[in-house]
Amino acid sequence: MPSWLSLPEGVSTYSPDVDRLFYLILIITGIAFVATEALLFLFAFRYRQREGVRATYTHGNPRIEVIWTVVPAVILVFLAISSRSTWDRIKGQIPKTDEEVMVTASQFNWEIRYRGADGAFDTPDDVITSNDMHVPAGVPVRIHLRSKDVIHSFFLPQFRLKQDAVPGMTIDVWLQATRTGTFEIACAELCGFGHATMRGMLTVQSPEEYRSWLQTAQAAVTAAQDGAGDAVPAAKPPA
Amino acid sequence: MSEHKTPFIRKYIFSLDHKIIGIQFMFLSLFFMIIGGILAMMVRWQLGFPDKAMPLGRLFPENLMPEGHMDPAFYNQVFSMHGTIMIFLVIIPILAGAFGNFLVPLMIGARDMAFPKLNMLSFWVGAVGGAIMAASFFVENGPAATGWTAYPPLSAVPDYTGVTRGQTLWVISLLITGTASIMGAVNYITTIVNQRAPGMYFFRMPLTIWALFITAILQLMATPVLASALGMLLFDRTLGTHFFAPSGGGQVLLWQHLFWFYSHPAVYIMILPAMGFVSDIVATFSRKPIFGYKAMVFSLVGIAGLGFIVWGHHMFQSGMNPALGSAFMASTMVIAVPSAIKTFNWLGTLWRGSIRFTPAMLHALAFVSSFIIGGLSGVFMASTPVDIFIHDTYFIVAHLHYVLFGGSLFGVFAAINYWFPKMFGRMLNDAVGKIHFVLTFVFFNLTFFPMHILGMGGHMRRIYDPTLYDFLKPLQPINEFISVCAFILGASQVLFVGNFLWSLFAGKRAESNPWHANTLEWSAPSPPPHLNWGETIPTVYRGPYDYSVPGLQEDYLPQDRPGAETPHPSRPSVLTPARA
Repeated sequence: MPSWLSLPEGVSTYSPDVDRLFYLILIITGIAFVATEALLFLFAFRYRQREGVRATYTHGNPRIEVIWTVVPAVILVFLAISSRSTWDRIKGQIPKTDEEVMVTASQFNWEIRYRGADGAFDTPDDVITSNDMHVPAGVPVRIHLRSKDVIHSFFLPQFRLKQDAVPGMTIDVWLQATRTGTFEIACAELCGFGHATMRGMLTVQSPEEYRSWLQTAQAAVTAAQDGAGDAVPAAKPPA
Repeated sequence: MSEHKTPFIRKYIFSLDHKIIGIQFMFLSLFFMIIGGILAMMVRWQLGFPDKAMPLGRLFPENLMPEGHMDPAFYNQVFSMHGTIMIFLVIIPILAGAFGNFLVPLMIGARDMAFPKLNMLSFWVGAVGGAIMAASFFVENGPAATGWTAYPPLSAVPDYTGVTRGQTLWVISLLITGTASIMGAVNYITTIVNQRAPGMYFFRMPLTIWALFITAILQLMATPVLASALGMLLFDRTLGTHFFAPSGGGQVLLWQHLFWFYSHPAVYIMILPAMGFVSDIVATFSRKPIFGYKAMVFSLVGIAGLGFIVWGHHMFQSGMNPALGSAFMASTMVIAVPSAIKTFNWLGTLWRGSIRFTPAMLHALAFVSSFIIGGLSGVFMASTPVDIFIHDTYFIVAHLHYVLFGGSLFGVFAAINYWFPKMFGRMLNDAVGKIHFVLTFVFFNLTFFPMHILGMGGHMRRIYDPTLYDFLKPLQPINEFISVCAFILGASQVLFVGNFLWSLFAGKRAESNPWHANTLEWSAPSPPPHLNWGETIPTVYRGPYDYSVPGLQEDYLPQDRPGAETPHPSRPSVLTPARA
């Protein structure tokens, strides 16, 4: 398949499920598309006006109406049913996990927050980065999503994850990366003049690398706090 | 009749005649279509060539187009106004306002609308709404920049966009145009229920009238909900209320629920009338009765009814409870069924017809062909998991343009080509019409089909520069290709405008029934005089689609021609016309 006809590489555990549904719908609608457009062109050509040929006088056929009502209905209900479990898996049930990240959107950046030693968010020992998110590969990560100002949408194309960040709400989503690497975070909801520039990076690391990255960052926060405490008098300009 | 003595201002400006009001709506919508089209060209320049200065860009004020490069904030205003204008000031008024006004009395055999003064008021209120929207371009800080959907808090707090009065005028303009819409809807419903000619049973009405009838009901029921949302947004902006501000206890998602509760039915307001026109045009030029007339009526009713319980499919990723998402997915899948029924019946109408490829018919066939694509692409986003990926990407932009341009606008082109002779008493140029059709059809598809591929690549909507993202850079050649095709598509419309204006004054004189069609409007002179028919209004003897009746010399049998019993007369309904 040419690369432009396929979805981008999927790197989350649920991306194959999304892609399978996409291709299933692509095949079904593709068949319907080819069949109906072919009939349209065939009829337009075959039944063009010709000398001495009169159109057939018919008002329709109830039996065929029933057929072409029931067949699409069955297919569409089937698609709805087969979509349900994947939807529940991605947006419904979040797997139990110790890995949690708080993502706070604002015009126009992603604030990424990790807990410090106290194990709680929104405390002074949080590790905070701007547009630089790290997660371990191979384990579920719970993401708490919120917004400070307007609606943003947290979009990780390769993870098949998109979720609006809504002011006044904290919305939880999750992902589990299947490989390491760096991936772009995009904003998918118009959020103002800087909408297009609201780009972050997600670095997926091996659990060990991630652990050491986080510990280093936590240590730096602690050091800065301690250092800040000591440094205040020293920082005064000499008299 | 005293129309020759009517002063110009009463006859053409403050007219009570439904035909003049319809034509006024048409000119107003076509004017806004040109503006909306130019805005689309600007959007395409920016997306195709984000690094290059726009030709003529230096004509714009320096703060909007520094050295000819579009400022990101201005880009947001340009695409927001493109969407707003095309939806609220072009598609809805040209379908319901222009054709609804012109066709309803003529096709049901009435002398005018039930409430001619309300009708005139509807146009002039709508015109004021349009003028306010146009004025918003010129106020300090420019027009609205929050898309046609205006999600708060972005739209509610001026600091978030830097747009001040422009967004407030946007709200006021839509409140006013919505009022015009409601006035029109009341008029259409009353006229269709009460003013049908003798013999015009409900199930003898042309599908155009059914479609306009159902559309009017949708407008009447849905528009007040939009008005309530707009009212709250206006208060949030101007009076300091907090309907949509969480800081004051408001709910951000409330807007989306109310907006889509209106705007999903509005999506059908924007396509059902075109479906009606296309049904009549396909039957006329296939010289064949419409296939499955009642199925066509019931599928219109089905789409309208289901249209009220699918709004949540715009909100799958909004933070709405995922369980609700599943419910809205089910209703959304089901609404595809009546659309499929309509498509199959159009194909059934072509089957064993004797097809005349007039420009009107070509545009109607383009409608069917595009609607197939727009309908099928809707199945992708109906599936909640697939929507996670394609929501707010160019896949959606492709889908909505296949429905609104490929569907509604081709329907409008078909209708203009079909009814122009009745409106103005002159024929459009056939050859120019066909060239315009071919260019429009080809470059429409070349413009919008590749957007599906952009969407599959994850290309977000509403970003002013795709090259800022590494994962989008490989798609940029597609963006350039789309832009070039869009420019040709835009330029091709000069042929339409030229043909329209030239034929208006110098086209061949039209006879009363140039297409040998059956419906009542063709029994009136072209153009019809004030009050449409002379001494007596027509009496209806049969359904609208008796083409190629066996045993008759002619291949059409007008609804008002007495005698000549048809082999399968449309069954009289229990619903009898109001007056004999």
